[in-house]
Amino acid sequence: MECQDCHERDATLHFAQSVNGQKKEVHLCEQCAKERGYLSGQEDGYSLQDLLFGLFNMEPASQKTEPVSQKEPTRCPKCGMSFTEFKRIGKFGCAECYYTFSDKLDPVFRRVHSGNIRHQGKIPKRKGGSLHIKKQILGLRSELQHLIEQENFEEAAEVRDEIRALERKQTEHREAGDER
Amino acid sequence: MSLNHFIDEALSPWMREEGPDSDIVMSSRIRLARNFSDVVFPIIADERELRRVTDFIGNEFADKSFKEYENFEYVQMANLSTIEKRMLIEKHLISPVLLKRTGTSAMLISENEQVSIMVNEEDHIRLQLYLPGFQLEETLNRAFELDDWLEQKIDYAYDEKWGYLSSCPTNAGTGMRASVMMHLPGLVITRQVNRLIPAINQLGLVVRGLYGEGSEARGNIFQISNQITMGKSEADIVSDLESIVRQLIDHERKARKHLQEQSGMRLEDRIFRSYGVLQHSRILDSKEAAKCLSNVRLGIDLGIIKEISGQILNELMILTQPGFLQHYADGVLAAEDRDVLRATLVRERLLMEN
Ligand SMILES: [Zn+2]
Ligand SMILES: [Zn+2]
Repeated sequence: MECQDCHERDATLHFAQSVNGQKKEVHLCEQCAKERGYLSGQEDGYSLQDLLFGLFNMEPASQKTEPVSQKEPTRCPKCGMSFTEFKRIGKFGCAECYYTFSDKLDPVFRRVHSGNIRHQGKIPKRKGGSLHIKKQILGLRSELQHLIEQENFEEAAEVRDEIRALERKQTEHREAGDER
Repeated sequence: MSLNHFIDEALSPWMREEGPDSDIVMSSRIRLARNFSDVVFPIIADERELRRVTDFIGNEFADKSFKEYENFEYVQMANLSTIEKRMLIEKHLISPVLLKRTGTSAMLISENEQVSIMVNEEDHIRLQLYLPGFQLEETLNRAFELDDWLEQKIDYAYDEKWGYLSSCPTNAGTGMRASVMMHLPGLVITRQVNRLIPAINQLGLVVRGLYGEGSEARGNIFQISNQITMGKSEADIVSDLESIVRQLIDHERKARKHLQEQSGMRLEDRIFRSYGVLQHSRILDSKEAAKCLSNVRLGIDLGIIKEISGQILNELMILTQPGFLQHYADGVLAAEDRDVLRATLVRERLLMEN
């Protein structure tokens, strides 16, 4: 299986990441994992990795009940589509596909939208509130990343708690939206 | 069925209004692709999921009125005959894709047919709004209002980075296709169109012939629309498109003036020959009909033919297509029979003008 970041080297690290209750598989080569801050600079950084799993609300793939097969392609957890299928039919199966294949989409959009990879237009009125929260979470995540790189774990834990609180708020927002 | 009533069915009420520059731009359209956040897209969804979407739309929006568009009628594709479905396509109110899942697709349509909302086409929702003539900005504003109205009830699939999440990557972002339908006989006769189309394509816009197979323009009618839906705001996309359309209008007007000045007699001959064919032929295939209708419309716009009203081109372009002809005949027709009926219909329609 290839690394989902660089698409060059083999993925040697497999994580299962939970984001807002949705399980997502992450497959990276060692180098890209380091670049993402999942590993420290040292070669023996695997112990640190365990700490990071905790911080990112991740668990190592080996401990999961549903093991991540290294041969099976990543499939969208909602509709079951793989990236190969997406490329073949040229259509997403559901909204979740965007997140499942997120790290492979920039080149796709760049190609069909003359180099553009970001929406610049209308924002739905009702979703405006939760978008604001989302933006805050994104900001805090990069701050968290930075703190971890500096091995400032005390502050990192605080920021992590902040993120979790915002994520809870986000879920409430969503549920409130669903009750209409 | 009386011809009058039949014509009423062919022309959507909004098409009877004159719009700005309507001698060249027949209509402006905005289409927005939207999806429910929690339902798998139609290409992959099972029947139960698709029913959830159609039931929701039917319950929430049928018979509800939005602004001046009158009440929305909810139409399930499964309840329509093959000919009726074809007529909706020929009027551009639905796309052929909507019929892929006839059992679970539907539409909402406003009484004046200005607004139609396809349900379970390639995306869960494809709303489109038409205005006569060249008024893209106004069409966009109204489409946004309609979108806001739907959004009060529907939880759209949307992401800050990718915008409106569509089934096809070519629609992601704004999900918007803005387009105008243009009648460009001057550019076709002077052969400028072959030079202009590639240039327009290079600007990120799509030009395609309408009513023709592939890119062949039947009746010299072209549709120009945006290709890119990500990285630019809807208003910017529309204003880019507008500036190109504005230039095409200028070129077309110059070409018409040039033709009148440089080869007026040839042009008149061409127009009156076509008029004669429409008035007198007994067998008329769709290609010839389109060509003649285009010439006659040009004659009307240039003041060469004075006794016919301008909207007759739009009307007859729609009336003489297979779906409408068969609806008129109240049954399936072979191609040759369609050509005979087409000739008869056109002749009778022209007689009504006098
Ligand atoms: Zn890599
Ligand atoms: Zn999916």
